[in-house]
Amino acid sequence: MSTASSALSTAPGGTAPPRVTSDLVGARLPKWAVYGSAVIGWAVAVGLKFLLDWTGWYTTFFTGALLFVITLTAWSFSVEGRRRAKDRFASTLIYTSFVCAIVPLVLILSYIAVKGLPLFSPDFFLRSMNGVTSREEGGGIYAALIGTLIIVGIATVIALPIGIFTAIYLVEYGRGKFARTVTFFVDVMTGVPSIVAGLFVYTFLLLGFGMRPFGAAGAIALAILMVPVSVRASEEMLKLVPRDLREASYALGVPKWRTILKVVLPTAMSGLITASLLAVARVAGETAPLILLVGYTARINFNPFSGDMATLPMMVWDQLGKRSGTTSNDFTEARAWGAALTLVLLVLILNVGARLLAKLFQPKAR
Amino acid sequence: MAEMTEHDPTNDERFQVAAQGVPGAMPVGTIVPDAGDVVSSGGLTPDGRKAEGGISGNSVRIGDRIFKGLAAGSGGILLVVMAAIAIFLIWKAIPAFTDNSGNIFTTQSWNPQATPPFFGMAAVFFGTVMSSFIALVIGVPIAIGIALFISNYAKRRAATTLGAIVDLLAAVPSLVFGMWGLYFLIPNTQGFQQWLSVYFGWIPIFNNQTATTASQFGKSLLIAGIVLAIMIIPIVSAVCREVFLQVPRETIDAAWALGATKWEMIRTAVLPFGRAGIISAAMLGLGRALGETIAVALVLNSGFVINWHITEPGGDTFASTIALKFGESGGNPVAIAALIAAGLFLFVITLVVNSIARVVIARRKDFTA
Repeated sequence: MSTASSALSTAPGGTAPPRVTSDLVGARLPKWAVYGSAVIGWAVAVGLKFLLDWTGWYTTFFTGALLFVITLTAWSFSVEGRRRAKDRFASTLIYTSFVCAIVPLVLILSYIAVKGLPLFSPDFFLRSMNGVTSREEGGGIYAALIGTLIIVGIATVIALPIGIFTAIYLVEYGRGKFARTVTFFVDVMTGVPSIVAGLFVYTFLLLGFGMRPFGAAGAIALAILMVPVSVRASEEMLKLVPRDLREASYALGVPKWRTILKVVLPTAMSGLITASLLAVARVAGETAPLILLVGYTARINFNPFSGDMATLPMMVWDQLGKRSGTTSNDFTEARAWGAALTLVLLVLILNVGARLLAKLFQPKAR
Repeated sequence: MAEMTEHDPTNDERFQVAAQGVPGAMPVGTIVPDAGDVVSSGGLTPDGRKAEGGISGNSVRIGDRIFKGLAAGSGGILLVVMAAIAIFLIWKAIPAFTDNSGNIFTTQSWNPQATPPFFGMAAVFFGTVMSSFIALVIGVPIAIGIALFISNYAKRRAATTLGAIVDLLAAVPSLVFGMWGLYFLIPNTQGFQQWLSVYFGWIPIFNNQTATTASQFGKSLLIAGIVLAIMIIPIVSAVCREVFLQVPRETIDAAWALGATKWEMIRTAVLPFGRAGIISAAMLGLGRALGETIAVALVLNSGFVINWHITEPGGDTFASTIALKFGESGGNPVAIAALIAAGLFLFVITLVVNSIARVVIARRKDFTA
């Protein structure tokens, strides 16, 4: 490795742009040092694997990563000195941490796709679970999918007006103590665990009025979770509306409420739709409140105001045997993966759709 | 230095600087105006009254009043709901305090259906705090790294996309994290858990006294912590990113001018500025982790004892207990009340944690989280 330092003054790698070789700049590692260290690190790791007869590839991978960091840092330390070595070390860790975020995302999405895709067939989408026992194939997510759409739909209808009006209040009117209180509690409400929201509706509606579980109760809990998300996102969108537009409207003598309705809201409309879609996506996959409030049924029940309903998350929960405390088997687990994949697709479509909309209709002046 | 090009202000920024009336200077602190700014200049005169249709007379004021009432009323609904959550949980949890033969704070076991009912929150509290703590220890450094990567390492154009990808992680339903943890992570980390227990067993928390082969490792607080870590990374890194992007350009340039390496620049300019933001981001992540239900319920084995050995099976959290024990309660009023009491504890804890986080954020109004 000492050869690298002596080779430095003569522009290593050949193709690299001419390097400053004055005495003012310390010695630097060649451009390929990073890749070189990586190759060395993992090559040694693979060698160790066969030499020491390690069983898994995970160990090899992580050992390689560790060796790579050590090699690069040590090399840099010997050539570039302590400060550069620290810098290289920190940079490597920062790059690694980003990989750490991407890897689970890719792993989760690909794993669920592999497990769930084989289930996808027209039958899977067009049948309910009625009469399908845990020991056979078949059945589908028809009732659960429609049930999820109904409940999330009701939650949206409840939450969005409250969310958007609160955002309007905070942006257009909000001043003083009340506005500060609302802002604070919107933030705090964002942190309310979904199970607590579910328990609240349970104590309030089901215990308080002696009702049986029903779809709309779940929708109310989801709405409670949705409102703060919607307020926060809508607020950001309304703030993006240029103040000149408002002032122009006021200057024409238009009252404030008509200005909001006719100028501010239309300008922010695409942003508000994006915000709303993200809020919907946030709650669509919620399971916890549904356990308490909606229950689960294999039959088709599309009436949100009476009786248990099937929903995608609860179908997964049920098929995994968690609802009744039974054990799951290959058939039920396969169905659970199929339902979970549908749920993920639903949420991803909402998310990606929202972001695309935001991109397409980005307010020009910002 | 080659890195300098990344800090060239874009046209967009120049425009904003001009808009702020600071010729040549980079914006310090917020670019996005906070609520106060927008409102006070939103067509109102400095005393903040006149522009509400003062010219047009009474009919206009009525429309305005109704509209303002609607808007403020929506805000009021939020406050009412928050208050109602607290009131109803306290009210309906009363039987859990009166009919319980154990001490609700120190009892570890969970037998609300026994006669007399005997249960307490000690083990549940321990499991909740421990799993969240593990999640923070693993998740926060990674999240800070991601935030630094996006704010200081990635190219400006790529940063937006990368940020969106990380945000996508937040969109995956917790149920899916749980299933992935149960069916993929646990089987694939048995060897890792055994390795921890064998070679780091001298640190008591990593020691598993019961398992001898890899297949006996599995559901544990450690795995729950890892799954939670993955789940809190998006929110923690999003908040950190916001703060890191707002570090005053002068501070950064000063570090560069002194010949700092990139890491030295980050350590001396970015991290000190972002400290409060990092703390509040961690608190927000903690709030998330404490209340996470389904993912934890899937990767933990219920045990209701305080067990410091995090690689051993067993462990409960408030939220997972509610989800798992609800079906078993069979409408028993004390059992239900016990679960509601667990919910009340959880509500209070998350409320405190989130409030602290928000107060820290509000203290420095340099950014809107």
